[in-house]
Amino acid sequence: MKVNKSLLPLVNPLSKDNPVIVQVLGICSALAVTAKLEPALVMTISVTAVLALANVIISLLRNTIPTSIRIIVQLVVVAALVVIVDQVLKAWNYEVSKALSVFIGLIITNCIIMGRLEAFAMSNRPWPSFLDGIGNGLGYGIILVIVAFFRELLGSGTLFGYQVIPQWWYDHGYQNNGMMILPPMALITVACIIWVHRSRNKDLQE
Amino acid sequence: MNRQSNTYTIIYSTVLVLVVGVVLSVVYQALRPKQLENIADDTKKQILASARIVPTEGQSISELFASHIKESYIVNDKGEKIDPSQNAFDVNVALESKKPAAERLLPVYECTTDSGLKYILPVYGAGLWGPIWGYIAFDDNGDTIYGAYFAHQGETPGLGAEIEKPAFQTQFDGKNIFSSTGNFQSVAVVKVGKEPADQAWVHAVSGGTITSQGVQKMLFDSLEPYSAFLLSLKNK
Repeated sequence: MKVNKSLLPLVNPLSKDNPVIVQVLGICSALAVTAKLEPALVMTISVTAVLALANVIISLLRNTIPTSIRIIVQLVVVAALVVIVDQVLKAWNYEVSKALSVFIGLIITNCIIMGRLEAFAMSNRPWPSFLDGIGNGLGYGIILVIVAFFRELLGSGTLFGYQVIPQWWYDHGYQNNGMMILPPMALITVACIIWVHRSRNKDLQE
Repeated sequence: MNRQSNTYTIIYSTVLVLVVGVVLSVVYQALRPKQLENIADDTKKQILASARIVPTEGQSISELFASHIKESYIVNDKGEKIDPSQNAFDVNVALESKKPAAERLLPVYECTTDSGLKYILPVYGAGLWGPIWGYIAFDDNGDTIYGAYFAHQGETPGLGAEIEKPAFQTQFDGKNIFSSTGNFQSVAVVKVGKEPADQAWVHAVSGGTITSQGVQKMLFDSLEPYSAFLLSLKNK
């Protein structure tokens, strides 16, 4: 697929340079919020918003930041944005904010965010940085949603809270797989995605 | 100016922190009223849920609450109403549950429903990972549970967190918390096959043993101080 070169920061992280399955970053939250689809989706939106904004701010500040405290400056910016996202969710979408509870605050520690700030925003102009933030947020989100899809479907028999496994399956002895709800199955699902992805992209194999 | 000098670094970090501090306090101040409203609405929704009243889409929870909860007051462990100046809704149940029973402020909500007057009492306890809480609605005999609502902060989804599902909560409907001789017994939360003969029971959540035990303990500890009040209803 040929894409405009200026859009590469947006497109690359979706597959070839995916933060979760290629760079193996942000695994911790990929385990924590993927038992159900809805929190996974809100987490995706929150991370994308924080990452895109943080990338732009750091990119704007990049020539003024003293090298010796650059990580601290990045952390302060990210932490401030995360607190704002948390407060906005509490005010406008209390239900979801309750469901995600501590995980919003933990966006601060998401390695993808610090990784992109340090690797991309510190050396690029604001617009590409913005695209890079959106791209990586979505790349992270795709994996989250795929994992949550399988975990919710097999673990609870629902999607977005709606029952999709018909009752007569249960009547004939089908059971939800309780193990899918537990964190280890998220890791195994991520591993399966990596397996499929690697077998389709031979150049990524080591 | 030299960007690597100590002076620049100190000034830079000071300005940055000040700017961030101002932005955050503005956001906090601007959103605070809306957030407090959400929290109050959420509590009201939970209280109503125990009496099986669920708001329809777009309905104002405050109005619904006001139309059903005609009276609320605080009692002590002897069942006497105290301090009419204090609003039952403002009592922090989490803090009260840490005090000895004799000193607790015990809120009571009187809820008018289609099937008569119900008394709603808050309960608070600990699950596996964090606090669990709920509201129990009693029939006006002060003994039979009309409905139960439970919530939790961070129990395991699919396991302990199942206590917030109707499948678990509706089990409580119609259970009596007093023995036939009028002793406070609460409701036991037990495994299949371990049902007690002399006490009302519900089945625990499978895979959520610690949370289920937490519910059992919470019910006993939170409802026991109300026994005098509930018995006074029973003997009315």
